[in-house]
Amino acid sequence: MRRDVFQAIADPTRRAILTLLTLQAMTPNALAENFDSSRQAVSKHIQILTECGLIKQTQTGREIYYNLDTPKMKEIDAWLEPFRKLWEDRFNQLDDLFINLKNKKNEQH
Amino acid sequence: MSSTNETKITKDPAGNKLHVTRDFNAPLPDVWEAWTDSSLLDQWWAPKPWRAETKSMDFKVGGLWLYSMIGPQGERSYCRVDFQAIETEKSISSVAAFCDEDGNLTDDFPKMYWKSTFAATATGTSVLVEIAFDSEADLEKIVQMGFKEGFTMALGNLDEILAQ
Repeated sequence: MRRDVFQAIADPTRRAILTLLTLQAMTPNALAENFDSSRQAVSKHIQILTECGLIKQTQTGREIYYNLDTPKMKEIDAWLEPFRKLWEDRFNQLDDLFINLKNKKNEQH
Repeated sequence: MSSTNETKITKDPAGNKLHVTRDFNAPLPDVWEAWTDSSLLDQWWAPKPWRAETKSMDFKVGGLWLYSMIGPQGERSYCRVDFQAIETEKSISSVAAFCDEDGNLTDDFPKMYWKSTFAATATGTSVLVEIAFDSEADLEKIVQMGFKEGFTMALGNLDEILAQ
């Protein structure tokens, strides 16, 4: 089965888990308390996020904490980058158009 | 003179929406005209080396902008933009989709719901474009297409540099 960042963020519960973990590292129990779904369902989502490499666990005493694996999260930004480039090119052309329009107006006066 | 205005793109926490923001050093009426007059849109809408060519434009609620994007090898893809709400010099809501040359929708591409909002600023005009999708999977598909297009563009720009 395909496991990548995009699959990870395709589900609203998983996005909510990621959002919670941006604030602090949390135990599976603490995470599950934020959702109406069953503990099993939440831990399934945690498992998928781990397999996608977006979160990782650290052991502190007897507790397991989950936190964000930040380099992997950056992949999502990288994913948007070409899209940003497209808009940037488009808008730079629009800047040029405004300069042309302004020059034309000045010539008319 | 090149602009230093930054294009910002953020993903809405809801997951199926992108926000694009940009400032322009031009007065609001000019910006509005550039977004609504097809002869002006044709001059900037397609990122190089693509160019946009309007087939028909009826800028009113219920109206339609039908245009094509023409690639460096002459490849052409048609898009239609259906205007759903217009507030002059304030906002435009529309639905954009890929189609054939007669405007018939092609089902294999996700629809995009656009809302462009315009506001005068001290130095010109700020524009916010919200692009929403039916689902996150659709957003993923479009962004991947953006990637493809971005990559094609990068290659096109490389051609230009090599030709110099």
